[in-house]
Amino acid sequence: MKSLHAEFDALRRRFPPGFEPSLVLPCLRRIQEERGHVADADIDDLVAYLRVPRIRIEEVLSYYTQFRRAPIGRFHLQVCRNVACSMRGAEGVVAQIDERLGIAPGETTEDGRCTLSTVECLGSCGTAPVVVVNETYHENLTPERLDALIEGLAR
Amino acid sequence: MTGRKLIMTFPVTADSHTLAAYRARGGYATIEKAVRGMRPDEVTKEVAASGLLGHGGAAFPAGRKWGVIKLNDEQPHYLCANADEGEPGTFKDRWILENAPHLLIEGMLIAAFALQVRHAFVYIRGEFDLPYRRIAGAVDEAYAAGWLGAPIAGSAFACDIVVYRGAGSYVCGEASGLLTSLEGRKGYPRNRPPRLTVRGLYQLPTVVNNVETLANIPGIVRDGAATFRSVGTAKSPGTQLISISGHVRKPGVYEVEYGYPFAKFLHDDCGGVLGGGKLKCVIPGGISTKVLTAAEIEPLTLDHASVAAAGSGLGSGGMVVIAEGTCMVRLLQVLVRFYHHESCGQCTPCREGMGWLHKIVDRIVAGEGELDDIDRLIAISHANDGTTICGMGDAAGYATVGILAKYRDEFEHWIVHGRSRHGGRLEAVGAEWALPETVDG
Repeated sequence: MKSLHAEFDALRRRFPPGFEPSLVLPCLRRIQEERGHVADADIDDLVAYLRVPRIRIEEVLSYYTQFRRAPIGRFHLQVCRNVACSMRGAEGVVAQIDERLGIAPGETTEDGRCTLSTVECLGSCGTAPVVVVNETYHENLTPERLDALIEGLAR
Repeated sequence: MTGRKLIMTFPVTADSHTLAAYRARGGYATIEKAVRGMRPDEVTKEVAASGLLGHGGAAFPAGRKWGVIKLNDEQPHYLCANADEGEPGTFKDRWILENAPHLLIEGMLIAAFALQVRHAFVYIRGEFDLPYRRIAGAVDEAYAAGWLGAPIAGSAFACDIVVYRGAGSYVCGEASGLLTSLEGRKGYPRNRPPRLTVRGLYQLPTVVNNVETLANIPGIVRDGAATFRSVGTAKSPGTQLISISGHVRKPGVYEVEYGYPFAKFLHDDCGGVLGGGKLKCVIPGGISTKVLTAAEIEPLTLDHASVAAAGSGLGSGGMVVIAEGTCMVRLLQVLVRFYHHESCGQCTPCREGMGWLHKIVDRIVAGEGELDDIDRLIAISHANDGTTICGMGDAAGYATVGILAKYRDEFEHWIVHGRSRHGGRLEAVGAEWALPETVDG
């Protein structure tokens, strides 16, 4: 994305000389924030901008779980299902979202508003169970609070 | 109360994380003291004398790690705070990042002075939202106030900090994987030797310290090693931030003085077992440490020697409380699913082994297990031990063997009878998630 080049230039100045390859992750994060996913054209642009081999960008995109190559719903509901959350109702959270929105993990509502994912430990073990909607943590969920959250997203 | 405190020494309020509040608590006076009156090697000597142990899980002496850096080798050195907190059950670095970000920054500045570092990094996991905003905000405040990027207290010492966000990978919490990720690549761990303090970030000497380790530095340099050693036990000086979760009434982060009794901690300070049930077992230090039964852990004190003598470890301080009536087969299923998901795929024993562990436990839960599967799980765990570049394969094996050694009967029961002895239960009795009636409209 050419519109981000000025920001990338500023970012580059914060790193010591020789750290250009380090910019791959922060640039991809910024692109995804802007577009919602990373498109083929973004990779072409970043290859030219950073002058790194294309594989260095492709391998990062496929390795890290947060990067996406395709669009998803406007609200991305991410439910932790690791040990502490499972012990505090994570399976109930997934079942309740499925019940209310009709989506299983990996699916998006027909109107394109909500995508459901299960994820691993988010560091909310002490405030479990948790749903992250886009970037925001919603912790200490109860069935009632989850319903209120879902209603807010559907509106 | 859980003993004396070194980190959680102030009440958390809406603005206790700000620079102004940190200055009012005496913040940044210690970095001034260090650059005005100490040589870099004197700082390292003080940290070594304090006996401070790394808080990332391995409890390696921080001073010894710093001591490897050669100050006059005429090449850049780097420092990286490991804020990639991802060991399930652990959420204590998050407390520091959210509530005391300037304590971390001052600890990093003192470390950077001791190690002659010009450029330092905070590598923070990509999922963290508020912790990222807090540490990034604090770095901005510190730049504006001249603590970062400019000479401190009229000296020649200046340091820059870049906050670097990961993008979702457990393995990047391992120090070498973290540095590979910070080089903008997939986070593959590296073989040692060479140690990272010899060849780290971009092949230059690099110290990677856990957030909590660095947060202990200002206090040690301010009050001296002897004062620090007066807290805790002889072999585990100081305190540990313990994140407690699972079937416990008052989960959260507690600062515990080493040597504090476990039973008092769980039953008094943390309110006891959720739902009022009995304690079945505890994972004491993140899921990669071996599970301890109630009988094993109740008499222990919370310090490295005590928990190690019981055959486990305090690790990263991620304590998961498990009540009677919990199904250990389902619990292991959650753990091996996680390890399978997070294996980076670089080493064959882990890449294949994690998948096998996961498939076999899934098969048992589906009612299609064989009695031989239990020994198969143990054999796969042993085949991982010491055969991979990083410790993840070993850790998955410890967790698996730990549960199988103590709860083998539950696995046999499921295989023979085709169902869980405990109804497949993971939630505490009386604290289940109950779906409310469907709301109309």
